[in-house]
Amino acid sequence: MSILGTRVLRTEDPRFLTTGGVYTEDLTDDALDGACHVFFVRSPIAHARIGRVDLSAALAAPGVIAAFAGADLADLPSIEPMMAGMLNAKMTRRLLALDKVRFVGDPVAVVVTEHPYQGEDAVELVDVDYEPLPAVVDFDGALSNETILFEDAGTNVAVEFGNAASLKPELFDGCEVVVSHTFANQRVAPAPMESRAAAAVWGEDGRLTSWIPNQGAQSARDDLAKMLGIEASQVRMITPDVGGAFGAKFGADPEHAVVAWVSRQLGRPARWTETRFENLISMTHGRGQRHTITIGGSRDGDVLGYRLEIIQDGGAYPRIGAVLPFLTIMMATGPYLIPNAEAIGTSIVTTTTPVGAYRGAGRPEATAALERAMDLFAAEIGMDPADVRRRNLLPPFSEPHQTAFGALYDSGDYAAALDKALEAAGYAELRAEQARRRVSGDTVQFGIGVSCYVEITGGGDEAGAPQENATVEVHPDGTATILTGTSPHGQGHSTAWAMIASEELGIPVENFTVKWGDTDLIPVGGGTGGSRSLQQGGAAVQQASKELIELARERAAAALEASASDLQFDPGRSAFAVAGDPDASVRLADLATDERLFVHSIFTAPGATFPFGTHVAVAEVDTETGKAVLRRVITVDDAGRVLNPLLAEGQRHGGIAQGAAQALLEEVVYDADGNPLTASFADYPIVSATELPSFELASMETPTSYNPLGVKGIGEAGTIGATPAVQSAIIDAVAHLGVRHVEMPATPMRIWRALQEASAQGTESESA
Amino acid sequence: MQVELTVNGEQRSDDVEPRLLLVHYLREVCGLRAANIGCDTTSCGACTVLLNGESVKSCTVLAAQATGQDVVTAEGLAPAGELHPVQAAFRAEHGLQCGFCTPGMVMAAVSLLKENPSPTEEQVREGLEGNLCRCTGYHNIVRAVLAASGQAEVTA
Repeated sequence: MSILGTRVLRTEDPRFLTTGGVYTEDLTDDALDGACHVFFVRSPIAHARIGRVDLSAALAAPGVIAAFAGADLADLPSIEPMMAGMLNAKMTRRLLALDKVRFVGDPVAVVVTEHPYQGEDAVELVDVDYEPLPAVVDFDGALSNETILFEDAGTNVAVEFGNAASLKPELFDGCEVVVSHTFANQRVAPAPMESRAAAAVWGEDGRLTSWIPNQGAQSARDDLAKMLGIEASQVRMITPDVGGAFGAKFGADPEHAVVAWVSRQLGRPARWTETRFENLISMTHGRGQRHTITIGGSRDGDVLGYRLEIIQDGGAYPRIGAVLPFLTIMMATGPYLIPNAEAIGTSIVTTTTPVGAYRGAGRPEATAALERAMDLFAAEIGMDPADVRRRNLLPPFSEPHQTAFGALYDSGDYAAALDKALEAAGYAELRAEQARRRVSGDTVQFGIGVSCYVEITGGGDEAGAPQENATVEVHPDGTATILTGTSPHGQGHSTAWAMIASEELGIPVENFTVKWGDTDLIPVGGGTGGSRSLQQGGAAVQQASKELIELARERAAAALEASASDLQFDPGRSAFAVAGDPDASVRLADLATDERLFVHSIFTAPGATFPFGTHVAVAEVDTETGKAVLRRVITVDDAGRVLNPLLAEGQRHGGIAQGAAQALLEEVVYDADGNPLTASFADYPIVSATELPSFELASMETPTSYNPLGVKGIGEAGTIGATPAVQSAIIDAVAHLGVRHVEMPATPMRIWRALQEASAQGTESESA
Repeated sequence: MQVELTVNGEQRSDDVEPRLLLVHYLREVCGLRAANIGCDTTSCGACTVLLNGESVKSCTVLAAQATGQDVVTAEGLAPAGELHPVQAAFRAEHGLQCGFCTPGMVMAAVSLLKENPSPTEEQVREGLEGNLCRCTGYHNIVRAVLAASGQAEVTA
């Protein structure tokens, strides 16, 4: 029986459950003996010119070894915005701010101490003169260019994807109904449970060894080398266990480079562990878009036109976040066939924490905008939102479908996912319950939200087609080692990669060791992000395993003095046997005795894959207090073939929770002066167990032809489908009271206000 | 100052700074690094350990306050090489992903089940409210605690 498709328990778990993972802060490597501890002095002001930085009091404090300010690192290169040529090249950053600070949390100095407690005391003693400048915290303020963050750039616009002049005035010609609305897809914090950290030491050979929690050692190595102005070959990047990442730990950040620089400067190992306060103000945030949608169509439910206008808040220094509208635009029309559609985006800088990738990164925004538009359209024509969706979904297809925005959907059956989800939810009964609740006038009302999505996973980059490498080696003792260019941080690659190789090699899962995250051992790799790992990294493991069998076949032929073509490999025994003579056999492991038996292989995919699905959410809203409670979430997430349901379900659960949290609770908030108001877990309402129900997952598997495993990415489906479903359910619960829209997160205050406004408007129209 | 306490069954006596937090004592002095630090505000519970059998957040207890008491961490729940029933349930139900919250979450669950051996799903969720997890959406953690209590699984 195939091991693929079965619920294999994770081989990783016993260690995590007992002695715990070895995260960067836990490292006890001998090379780090005697490490000093780095503490960052961060700007308390959103926007200011830096005057004098006085380190003298800190330098005199107990245990302080050294202190440095931006000027000390002035000979290091400026950090250019990523994706050269796309983002405004004048929006550069220094490792430590030199002339200006541009957000609360911008690092201006470091203090280095023998003991961590001493550093916590000493950072308070650094005295920085700031000459405050106006903060720029909102979209319109940034777009007005009244206050400019980067004087040399002359604008706060980091990049434009199309512009208003390119919009077609005739887009909605012929539509009986046109609805328009502007709303936020608010900024949220990735908030992995492990904050950022670093450890660094330089060898006598002048090479840096760096340990940082990351999503791909190779890109982290390259980023670090660039920031330090050295060659990538001078850096060995090692990835310890990583306590969650969600997109925010891809690459390396300025702080990681500063720790390495301090280590070189002082000639001793250096370490840094970020506090949660630092994490919430200086690790990249996610989302942060404003959408204006216009949707038009016929009164019987055909959507004929859709326009999406995006403003993206890139934060103080444009990074991947500023590029995300590109993905939002690519996925603008999602699973629907809309004859006329257009989408544009503008990314701006503001005096706030830089925005980066967060689980979904650009696609949740596209889905949230589109699904809100579908709901508004359905409400306007008085049609059931599920019916409107079904009517406009693309018909099933197995040959790739090209969209107007350049996406090439590989395979899909969107209506089947919708119907399956509605059936699993008991949609008709839910609507009946809603009707009963409305008639009864119960203070607790009942809402249902439906969200259909298609998303892009495993895309390539400017370097070309998506690919990943793997090395599989069988050892004489019957064990095996896999080297992968992916970089798990909770996804369970040790188990999944072993399953894939076990299927081919007949070696038990527990006999595999899976290694990643050491650039001296694995110099090339794409890491884990964009839901790429299984479809490329897993496919590479399968390909290498198959090639290893062919390599071994030649050796087996020699050992058995038989023709290679007469040999059959029996995974059940992990042995080759001569056809018709099962006694003439040789074990795979025995073929590794005289010469190492391994294969390094690169799998290249024809393109990105497009998983899809439907989420249904059920919420109750107390109309007297405005409190919304999420009662049920039912999802169909079709990511192709499922190799380990346990792991795939885990990915869906986590994503659903984060997606629901954005609709219900979570938001990074700044005041008008750019002060962060959500800089601790006491203030940032990170979702807890009490705010969520158990999730109901229905399965659907439409294999892709883009890899032999038939798999697509599953890591981000949850955040993409759940956010609009939950928001929609909340609005639906109070729609009959005149509420058309509630911004995310749908806090009791927002819902209560929406109810008050609807009630006031209702009174006005009655009296008019 | 001198602290004398039992950690995972071992009697210890150590000279520590009066301001040393229990979590730093466990991690740096005892070398027990399963308990993690995930916040500054006693919100996340990643540092949860048992103090005289009850769960506490060890970032909010001074090592000095633990003098004369009995501390158990995730490392000490079961003999080396074995899993405590709650640990085993977390594995069986895939109640962990990145593992950072896990040692604290397991200790909170052990304490919860000691107080209430047959909790409902709602009681499990309320009992774990002070322990944050960013990976699992809590679904499989809740299932693991219910499974460890010997109750039938409540959801598919």
